[in-house]
Amino acid sequence: MKRLVLARLLQAGLVVLVVGILCFVLVRALPGDPAMRIAAGRYGPDANITEAAEVVRRELGLDQPALVQLGASMGQLARLDLGHSVVTGVPITRELRIQLGATLWLSGSALVLSLLLGPPLGLLAGLRRGGWVDNASLGGAIVLRSLPPFVLGLLLILVFAMLLGLFPPAGYGTWRDLALPALTLALGLAAVSSRVARDAVAAVARTPYLAFARLKGLPEAVVVRRHVLRNAAIPVVSYLALQAIYLIEGVVVVETLFGIPGIGHALVHAVIARDVPMVQGTALAMGLLFVVIAMAVDLACHWLDPRPKRA
Amino acid sequence: MSIADATLVPLAQRAWFTPSRRAGLVLLGLLAAFALLGPLLVSVDPTDQDFAASLAPPGSDYWLGADHYGRSMLARLAYGARLSFGMALLTVATAALPGILLGLLAAWRGGWLERGLDLVSTVLLALPGLLLVLILLAFAPGTFGPLYLGLALTLWIEFYRVTRVTAAGVLKQPHVEATRLLGFGTGYILRRLVLPEIAPILITLSAFAMSTAIIAISTLSAISVGLRPPTPELGAMIVELLPYYAEAPLHVLMPGILIFLLVLGLQLATRSDVR
Repeated sequence: MKRLVLARLLQAGLVVLVVGILCFVLVRALPGDPAMRIAAGRYGPDANITEAAEVVRRELGLDQPALVQLGASMGQLARLDLGHSVVTGVPITRELRIQLGATLWLSGSALVLSLLLGPPLGLLAGLRRGGWVDNASLGGAIVLRSLPPFVLGLLLILVFAMLLGLFPPAGYGTWRDLALPALTLALGLAAVSSRVARDAVAAVARTPYLAFARLKGLPEAVVVRRHVLRNAAIPVVSYLALQAIYLIEGVVVVETLFGIPGIGHALVHAVIARDVPMVQGTALAMGLLFVVIAMAVDLACHWLDPRPKRA
Repeated sequence: MSIADATLVPLAQRAWFTPSRRAGLVLLGLLAAFALLGPLLVSVDPTDQDFAASLAPPGSDYWLGADHYGRSMLARLAYGARLSFGMALLTVATAALPGILLGLLAAWRGGWLERGLDLVSTVLLALPGLLLVLILLAFAPGTFGPLYLGLALTLWIEFYRVTRVTAAGVLKQPHVEATRLLGFGTGYILRRLVLPEIAPILITLSAFAMSTAIIAISTLSAISVGLRPPTPELGAMIVELLPYYAEAPLHVLMPGILIFLLVLGLQLATRSDVR
């Protein structure tokens, strides 16, 4: 248990390190003199720009060797000082605090929706292998997994927003706005989790302890509740750690598609505007969100199956 | 030919060529033919504009219609399919070669080399792949370079890990030990004993990596950080045509259907049997 948390904390540290170093290199790789750019942004391009740039260079330590600068910028990250957006001038932490809400709502509702859709379907399919539920959900899963999230999102917009007029095609505010983006992500997640659940249930259904439970006369409902559910839940939950990658990547795409003012949306727009502090802040937030989800999954697995694991 | 031969061989063949695999391979073959032959047979340039034919429906002059600038949809789809196939193949080849070679090397030599490579892969895996690609794209938005580099950087890890684990398992077996004692060289053992064992799983992995690359390239182009118009890229085409959905719904759907068929073909061709 302690090892699980420690491994994920190490991963969080690596996320900060990778994002920090890449963005540090990114600032240096952009064309032009960074001191000149900052001076021009602060004081306006006037006659004294060269002197102003020198002052800025000394003030920010831009004349120091690259490694010293890298160390300083890592120190800033460790103090959670993410700097200011180059586009809006607002501190990154304030921007992130506003955007985090939208991202959490979207990813949370997508996850819940996918758990309501996928595993129950998998349970039905696994209990009657080769039945029509099994075959239909297999076909559905293959089709859904072949659709990139943005194509799936567009199809949902076309059907539910334009054809039926049930939900708005874009926007953010009410649950109606959240329905289509959450469904887009949930369908993609459920396509995988339903098959994982189906295989897990099918594996449990073949075990001797299940045959014994039936033979000793337990009603089917009790057999499913007591013996199938918890044992089949282990692979489904542990697979969620892998699905967290799909969720985080999907959030970036779906927020951009549906115009949800979340962190992923901000990341894409920061990349287009080359707003490096914003790229760093948003990438860090999404990366850390991924680690938090993975850690929660680890802990849930540990609670479901406390037997110690050999690594 | 004994009875065992007559019954066993077709069974082994039947086990691999399941109906879904056959359907997937046929679909991939058709799409590959479209991507390779399409640009050669369709003499129209995919950037030629003809405003008289703007949003022409599929039919007489343009087989699959024309987009809002009057560019032939057939030509653009064929070039787009070639672009997706080509970029995905290039990315996967770049990821698979070092991944497999380093995996074999790590399994063979072990020690600090294996630990170092494991560390590198752990560092790269800490971040979801798309985030890494997005940060790299900030260096040069709208170009293929960072897209290619980022995808290859995330995809090689899976090849490395699977090759290392599988090859290490094979190398421990007694028949490998015996071959080595008989005096056969490293190259012979890797080629004749290890590679056949890991080849099937590597093919599956390549197909999976290709669909990941195809989806990532079209997705990033669709959210306008990948390749940009007028490049005939399938994801960018969808977004370009979306404002004209009311007039020409089929035009918007066509590139999407093509992406869907590409990924579907890859999935079906490598699907393992239902247990």
